[in-house]
Amino acid sequence: MRALHRLNPTRIAFVRDRLAARAGRDPLKPQPLRGVRILDMGCGAGLLAEPLARLGASVVGADAAAESIAVAKAHAEAGGLAIDYRATTAEDLAGDGETFDAVLAMEIIEHVRDPQAFVGTLAALTKPRGLLLMATLNRTPKSFALAIVGAEYVLGWVPRGTHDWQKFVRPSELARALRAAGFALTEVIGVGYDLVTDSWRLTNDPSVNYMAMAERA
Amino acid sequence: MAKATHDLLVVGGGMVGATFAVAAAHAGLAVALIDREAPAALEAAPFDGRASAIAYSSYRLLATIGVWPHLAGHAQAITDIRVSDGESRLFLHFDHRDLGDQPMGFMVENRFIRRALFAAAATLPTLDLRAPATLAALDRGAVLVEATLAGGERIAAPLAIDASGRNSALRRQAKIDVVEWTYPQTAIVCTVAHERPHRGVAHERFLPAGPFAILPLPGDRSSLVWTERQELAPAMLALDERAFAHEMSRRFGDFLGAVRVEGPRWSYPLAVHHANRYIADRLALIGDAAHGIHPIAGQGVNLGFRDAAALAEVLVDAMRLGLDLGATPALETYERWRRFDNTVLIAVTDSLNRLFANDIAPIRLARDLGLAAVNEIPPLKRFFMAHARGTVGKLPRLLEGVAL
Repeated sequence: MRALHRLNPTRIAFVRDRLAARAGRDPLKPQPLRGVRILDMGCGAGLLAEPLARLGASVVGADAAAESIAVAKAHAEAGGLAIDYRATTAEDLAGDGETFDAVLAMEIIEHVRDPQAFVGTLAALTKPRGLLLMATLNRTPKSFALAIVGAEYVLGWVPRGTHDWQKFVRPSELARALRAAGFALTEVIGVGYDLVTDSWRLTNDPSVNYMAMAERA
Repeated sequence: MAKATHDLLVVGGGMVGATFAVAAAHAGLAVALIDREAPAALEAAPFDGRASAIAYSSYRLLATIGVWPHLAGHAQAITDIRVSDGESRLFLHFDHRDLGDQPMGFMVENRFIRRALFAAAATLPTLDLRAPATLAALDRGAVLVEATLAGGERIAAPLAIDASGRNSALRRQAKIDVVEWTYPQTAIVCTVAHERPHRGVAHERFLPAGPFAILPLPGDRSSLVWTERQELAPAMLALDERAFAHEMSRRFGDFLGAVRVEGPRWSYPLAVHHANRYIADRLALIGDAAHGIHPIAGQGVNLGFRDAAALAEVLVDAMRLGLDLGATPALETYERWRRFDNTVLIAVTDSLNRLFANDIAPIRLARDLGLAAVNEIPPLKRFFMAHARGTVGKLPRLLEGVAL
């Protein structure tokens, strides 16, 4: 899990830089995301929600797993962070009419049953001209070798059976689903692990892990 | 649960602690700096004869965080370094022009460095200086460190930085062990005035008792670091002024004309100490709290400056990612980075001392030929010079002169 924890700074920087740019702010100045309302869909225990709250964002963290939400709530409270955690689904949030400046769906679309319907729900949660930021895994021979054989079986970074390679999403498929839901895909960028420096970085190669940004019409 | 009052709590406002606090606050972190001494006492500190060699990379750090302008006029550039072995006529001469226009480093009296640091601190809105103040208690909890000052006031932050020096109580409290050993040597430190100008040349002469360094200060003055055998040092220190000056000039030579001691003489038993860990839960050690080395290469305070720059960089990067400043990953990055560097330097200075602090003929011959050889091999010479200037290895951005 250690190597995957090291992925977090790369994801945070991606989200911070894109959202600060949208707000016309310097991402390296204090509180670059102040006032930005973010939904972290599939927030887990708050690995991403807490840093974004410290950067000034007003964060709603949603996860269908009630036990994750309980852990996240306790952790944020101990650290004095105000994060609105909810044990709920994207569909229920959309049903309540909630909307956000930015919606994050990090490492989640490869787990949902109907990606097209899921992206449609995310569109309902995103304000017009709002941003959707995603991280997922590409469906390529290389991703099978690295993400399934490597990460699950050889290195044991994640439990076996975490991922189903068949459900991995190619950028072209994502672009099509997003377009149908009223999003325009504006960026696809690879995320690569560097064994030498034991860190992740943005790359031009989206063949395994990649992140994407889309803007709602 | 108490809320954090600051981003960082720095205990100890000596040269390294204050430099760290200024570097972190300069980049926008909210820093509480606790020091025992009143800034006014520092302002009035008289000449006391103690000075430091600021390596060129440390100068870049102080310039980048806005401290150097407050030192104007008090710094003497070290343009050349001349290394020689006792009476031998073979020597090694480092000329700064071999590496470009910049000096090897600067000599500055410690009181001016501290004064400049506090002057810079006063200009930073996010630096909260509590001095004079005494730490009554420090409680490192799961998410916050809570400090209680002697007056009852409380400060809470996600991370405490221990810059409280060699005998750190915080380090003991954190149960961090220290490896230490002593040398049968004492360093006698004083300032001398001399007849002829030093022209910015630093001299390091290896005598059988240990290195004898003459380091240029502003004006026709130099700082002496005179390593003496431990058993002889008390006698030397007890000599009256004339006899002391005589002993000194026997070692110093007459190339700067007549020489006179100014101000008090200081003595330091030479020892090495190195903490086994630089970090514990919500605690990071910097400077002498983490390490102390043999002064043979004049690098002590510069290692502390490197700690300060590296830790500030790691923490500012963490702040910009919204990460918990006291969480382990950031601290581990700092520890890996600095502890390795410092281990290497401790080993190198220890070997240098063993190599030079003796009068055994074959070793003397070999090292003299070695010095002369280094002098004739430009790439090797540039390698040593780069080390003296502190411009090798993976440098913290501040030591490259780049703001955080």
